[in-house]
Amino acid sequence: MSDAAQGDERIKEISGFRKSLIRPELGGIVGAIAVFTFFILFAHDSGMFNSQGVLNWSIVSAQFMIIAVGACLLMIAGEFDLSVGSMIGFAGMMIAIFSVTLGWPVWMAILVTFVLCVAIGALNGYIVVRTGLPSFIVTLAFLFILRGFTIFLPQTVERKTIIGGIRDVAEGDWLAPIFGGKIGGPIFQWMGEAGLIAVFERGNRAGEPVVDGIPMLIIWALALVAFGHFLLTRTRFGNWIFAAGGDAQAARYVGVPVNRVKILMFMFTAFCATVFATCQVMEFGSAGADRGLLKEFEAIIAVVIGGALLTGGYGSVIGAALGALIFGVVQQGLFFAGVESSLFRVFLGVILLMAVILNTYIRRMITGER
Amino acid sequence: MKLFTKHLMGAVLGAAVAVTGFATSVQAEGEKYILVSHAPDSDSWWNTIKNGIALAGEQMDVDVEYRNPPTGDLADMARIIEQAAASGPNGIITTLADFDVLSGPIRNAVDQGINVIIMNSGTPEQAREVGALMFVGQPEYDAGLAAGIRAKGDGISSFVCVNHVISNTVVAERCRGFADGLGVDLGSQMIDSGQDPSEIKNRVMAYLTANPDTDAVLTLGPTSADPTILALQEMGLAGDIYFGTFDLGTEIVKGIKEGIIQWGIDQQPFLQAYLPVVILANYDRYGVLPGNNINSGPGFVTKDALSKVEEFAGEYR
Repeated sequence: MSDAAQGDERIKEISGFRKSLIRPELGGIVGAIAVFTFFILFAHDSGMFNSQGVLNWSIVSAQFMIIAVGACLLMIAGEFDLSVGSMIGFAGMMIAIFSVTLGWPVWMAILVTFVLCVAIGALNGYIVVRTGLPSFIVTLAFLFILRGFTIFLPQTVERKTIIGGIRDVAEGDWLAPIFGGKIGGPIFQWMGEAGLIAVFERGNRAGEPVVDGIPMLIIWALALVAFGHFLLTRTRFGNWIFAAGGDAQAARYVGVPVNRVKILMFMFTAFCATVFATCQVMEFGSAGADRGLLKEFEAIIAVVIGGALLTGGYGSVIGAALGALIFGVVQQGLFFAGVESSLFRVFLGVILLMAVILNTYIRRMITGER
Repeated sequence: MKLFTKHLMGAVLGAAVAVTGFATSVQAEGEKYILVSHAPDSDSWWNTIKNGIALAGEQMDVDVEYRNPPTGDLADMARIIEQAAASGPNGIITTLADFDVLSGPIRNAVDQGINVIIMNSGTPEQAREVGALMFVGQPEYDAGLAAGIRAKGDGISSFVCVNHVISNTVVAERCRGFADGLGVDLGSQMIDSGQDPSEIKNRVMAYLTANPDTDAVLTLGPTSADPTILALQEMGLAGDIYFGTFDLGTEIVKGIKEGIIQWGIDQQPFLQAYLPVVILANYDRYGVLPGNNINSGPGFVTKDALSKVEEFAGEYR
């Protein structure tokens, strides 16, 4: 391969160091190492790295990852979705209304909700490509529309804004455990018995491990990251995503179906939000009208920390996943380190700013602009 | 660049930890208690709670921390309780705002050997169910009952309850308790006033016009109390009719001062934060524990006690 490359005068020589520097994941990798180093130094004895602690920040990171994958691909395709947070609330509420209020079987409630939400995602995308309006404005409208319905519908049918009892109706359902279940129980049971992880000290579960399995939420996050990464880097469709976000007009000239790509990415973002909502509803057994507030920004922040450019055409799913990991570890880690919780936003802002500055620096290196 | 980023991040995080370390935690005998609330950052009512645990931490010589979900998302709150349990404190003080979401994480914390006290939201029954030591808050029915008994002593035999949150069954308990305290049947004495100030005002006026022999007015919070004050002033009944209300607010305090309102019922959030820390610390040190749930309210605020309320409003009241 190197022979062919060296023989081809059209390909510019780039040093290996420079090559590794312009990878979009770079910021994420450096950040992840820095964050873990920091917390190992300052919070190693606070329970952050015992089994419950690791599970705690893993779940929070996995939550961010699920929505970050969708937001990342959409951002690379050159668009935003600000309705992610409202979509989470809306999807959860629809599952609750279908299964608890209307009494549908839970698998049907979940499937219908997925179809409904992905259709709303498609509508988002369709409006954006047909009107040519900035997706920022169109999805901002849906942020309010979906949140409004999420408050209005349960109030109308149940006269309250939290619908509970989903865990009871999900009992024995075949689809619910795929979102709310846990796997690897026997392994954790064994680790608990062997004294490797903490066990309950009292109550009717005394002796059982505190962490009794890996929640499906984490499996979903890893699967979505793997799928997104494969789609983006190993398929023709992935190239289309980059092309649509880089220069849509140029992409159209070479025959990329830009509109279709963008609409599909809006649908995928909605899909990710619905996965998030379903996992949450199945785990906690209730849907609330205030679920998912501000999650759209958290998704975008994770993606940007992970090295994607807000202008589109550049980014990486692995980077976004690392961004989500950094985000989750910092958020929970600050609690472990005993930092006043209202300062969390200060850190968030600082990290976001540093990530964006690093990204801009990298982009200048790539494009050579000054 | 790599090195630079690392250093910068470390420096910034380190600096903030140093700064806040002084501000929030009181180094002590090592006991650590974490209070987890359901309130978003923007909810100012919880300032009293923060000040309450800080004072208790100082006096008892223990570490106290306050945690809340920044947006008020209860699913995030569940994660914070799990996090708090994983960090291995001596005790957790938390609200039980949604039993479905929070009972699992709280139960897990209890089973890990962490003492839990439920404060503010929830019921004594729910607190027992999740394995908490006790409930510290204002039982709404009992608060209404105490108010009713007090009003009966003042010679009241009929009343109108202005309910602005008719769908909230817990708040309606206040009216039921008040009626039982008076020893009368609630019947149609509770009106659904809605949330709109002018609607509330007009409904109160309509009721009092139709039932001129009504002895007393009971409102369930600032939302219904403020327009009711206006209604009474307009009808010339202000100061003449017996008027009691739940919770405090600027207009309510003014009304008490002017003699329009006889008393306001304060659920005393300070005690909801302060007492659990004191109780948990003494339980950990000496194994002593009060034998029952603690009612932080009702605390009756009358004209005589107003100076303290005004002095500490927003801080400890």
